[in-house]
Amino acid sequence: MSAANKESRLGAWIAMAVGASYFLLPLIATFEFSLRMKRGEYSFEAYEVVFGDPQFQATFGYSIVMAIATILMGILLVVPTAYWVHLRMPKLRPLVEFITLLPLVIPAIVIVFGYLRMYNSSSIIPLTGSEHATDFLLVCSYVTLSLPYMYRSVDTGLRTIDVRTLTEAAEALGANRATILLRVIFPNISSAILSGAFLTFAVVIGEFTMASLLDRPAFGPYLQLIGANRAYEPSALAVIAFIVTWASMGLINVFGRNRRTLPTR
Amino acid sequence: MNWLGVVPFFVFALLFMLLPTAYLMVGAFQDAEGHFTLLNLVALLEPHVLSAYWISFKISMASSIAGGLLGFLLAWAAVLGRLPGWIRPTLMTFSGVASNFAGVPLAFAFLATLGRMGLVTILLRKYLDVNIYSTGFSILSFVGLTLTYLYFQIPLMVLIVTPALEGLKKEWREACDCLGGSTVQYWRYIAMPVLWPSILGAMLLLFTNAFGAVATAYALTGSSLNIVPILLYAQIRGDVLHNPNLGYAMALGMIVITGLANAGYMVLRSKTDRRSA
Amino acid sequence: MAFLEISNIQKRFGEHTAVHDFSISIAKGEFITFLGPSGCGKTTILRMLAGFETPSVGSIVFDGRDVTHVPTNQRNVGMVFQSYALFPNMTVAENIGFGLKVAKAGRAEIETRVREMLKLIKLDALAERYPWQMSGGQQQRVALARALANKPKVLLLDEPLSALDAKIRISLREEIRELQRDLGITTVFVTHDQEEALSISDRIVVLNEGRVEQTGTPSSIYNFPRTRFVASFIGTLNQLTGEVMDIARGEIRVGTQTLVTSNPLDDLRNCQTCTLAIRPEAVTLDGAGAGKNTVQTVVDDVSFLGSIVRIRTHLGQEVLSMDLFNDPNQKLPARGDTVSLSFAFENLLVLA
Repeated sequence: MSAANKESRLGAWIAMAVGASYFLLPLIATFEFSLRMKRGEYSFEAYEVVFGDPQFQATFGYSIVMAIATILMGILLVVPTAYWVHLRMPKLRPLVEFITLLPLVIPAIVIVFGYLRMYNSSSIIPLTGSEHATDFLLVCSYVTLSLPYMYRSVDTGLRTIDVRTLTEAAEALGANRATILLRVIFPNISSAILSGAFLTFAVVIGEFTMASLLDRPAFGPYLQLIGANRAYEPSALAVIAFIVTWASMGLINVFGRNRRTLPTR
Repeated sequence: MNWLGVVPFFVFALLFMLLPTAYLMVGAFQDAEGHFTLLNLVALLEPHVLSAYWISFKISMASSIAGGLLGFLLAWAAVLGRLPGWIRPTLMTFSGVASNFAGVPLAFAFLATLGRMGLVTILLRKYLDVNIYSTGFSILSFVGLTLTYLYFQIPLMVLIVTPALEGLKKEWREACDCLGGSTVQYWRYIAMPVLWPSILGAMLLLFTNAFGAVATAYALTGSSLNIVPILLYAQIRGDVLHNPNLGYAMALGMIVITGLANAGYMVLRSKTDRRSA
Repeated sequence: MAFLEISNIQKRFGEHTAVHDFSISIAKGEFITFLGPSGCGKTTILRMLAGFETPSVGSIVFDGRDVTHVPTNQRNVGMVFQSYALFPNMTVAENIGFGLKVAKAGRAEIETRVREMLKLIKLDALAERYPWQMSGGQQQRVALARALANKPKVLLLDEPLSALDAKIRISLREEIRELQRDLGITTVFVTHDQEEALSISDRIVVLNEGRVEQTGTPSSIYNFPRTRFVASFIGTLNQLTGEVMDIARGEIRVGTQTLVTSNPLDDLRNCQTCTLAIRPEAVTLDGAGAGKNTVQTVVDDVSFLGSIVRIRTHLGQEVLSMDLFNDPNQKLPARGDTVSLSFAFENLLVLA
């Protein structure tokens, strides 16, 4: 069997090498391109321009605020729901899971299209009337977008810590419902929540479709605008975006590893 | 009292997912005055719209099949290829990041790689004397967009298919060996039959993913490539088709297609779950 | 010439040696068991027999043919796994017929053999079922049939009963033994359950940390354990520490009492400490007589174990347990009672 093993190992190495080059080349190329702004030499000129651009600061800041709002609203929505479904209404589980998977079926553009038609100035709930109301609508659309990830993360976390037993133990010791949620459940699923939060952050920062159609000054539409009009700055922005995504995902891994698992014996 | 915990969730789902979608679906069957009509659906058959669906379909098929095969090969290499232990976790982490690195920055990255002034274009011209643009290739095309889509399709495939590959019990291979089976026979009679629902299901998810993608396409090809999301985008922004309700019909069309693909995925998923019991 | 000859095989995984210099000759049709705790190397040896691992040193010969470096799929071994490992996408019939299908046998031949095998394991009715539709015991029987369908030279079983319920374990191990006898197939069985090993093997090899502790028939291993490890691994055993008083007369002092053994003390000198062993079933209540040791002990516990009643006593610092057959009419001693226990000289074993 050794000959066959050696062949398959060689094949595996080749697959990995090809894969690695396909995935690393664009990153290298983008970085290289971003350094080309000053004619004839490599420099960080493009990055200086980008960081100095007040529009960059404004839109990036706006998106960060939106991301935090999305994360908070998401947590407030998902955690109690997941807890309730786990503990008191397990029959609702299939329905809730179905709903959390809808954003993966219905394309983002269709969702925001629905918002525009349903909540425009001539409807019962005119949310596109004012800037702040539209911001609220945008946050809701972001929460919708991140719902699958947030729910699945929290759900897995709850399952890992055996919610039912913990709650019963706490009740036997005399704790009320609020105390249980706040001091027993929450701390134990904090890493799951953080995982969901970082994923949401990564999704919101670069999001384009919803922000663009709702006409809000987010980072996504800013990126697209720069891309249409400038040559080197887009690459610098792409590098920055990639680093932000990497950082978010990296932090998920860091917190994910701290998750305590039940002993299996 | 029990209901109180889940009420906010359902209210949110209603207001921000179910009702808006339903609104569009109903609107697809209404004309400008609000009367019932099927004309919007008929208007979908208009050449401009129909070709948009067709191109969308082609791109989604191309990127999901290519992404599926290539992603499967990568996952196979990492799980069963007997490579050093650090490769699998690295691939998983990278796939987790790359599957989210879509949209505008991805378009920029590919422009910087394979655009007219891109690094690879220049290197190929300089060192191998090959000018890819002279062969008619352009990053701003169907092929270019598909190539770009692969950047998040392949990692998504890797993420979905790796658990399935890990589910292939080592003992099955060993039992097959004892019974005299070769590697080819193992894959043909045992591994592939067990894996194909997961592979196909994953490809359906990839299809859905590609079909609904807007940002990458918009940033890369602008409005030059006529795919449904771009067309819908333009329609929402400025009613380019001069028929507001047609937008609803297009949205309905999209939902039907992605809905069918997802239903297919769930059917295949249940097949896998039942078998692994 | 033995049917299965394993000569001086060793297996190293990097720094760690899993198997040290193992050799054995197995006759055709023999049922041999490798017994030992986890990590003792028994599964590693089995996997080398199957071909999943290659020995670092040494050779394996099946019926005159050196298979040490022959790939698994050319060795014609039958293997049964702890986790059954039935192919989930195939029915019972397809699973059993797989070996023949791979060997490109004709459809008629496959059908006949499959029917034959199903009859052997008495599962004719389940031919079209899928693995996930059957119980663990049924799956394992199908796995057995699948391994035997190819008429292999050697049948290998890797802890096949460990995943099953206690009752099924007993009935299935008897079925395996019967099948093996009827077919006359050379079999190597791996387990950590000493009762299993004792009940069905022709010979047992007790392994510990990659080395052979003792090889022998179930009776000889049980009754005449040669090392402390074997004695404590097989059955329950009383172990006492004593000081040798007189080698010639076999006298050993345990606590304040002197016991006599008729087993050789050649390796020991006077005044040396040694370990003694007595099987609980060799001890009787109030059975004093010629050729027997008698000791006074204090009862700590009386446990009712079904067909056996186990009385645990102590003699100074030493614990001495005895087993009685259950007799509802017998009066049992109570906690704290002093009792008189007896056992024959030859039942006082001397361990290394």
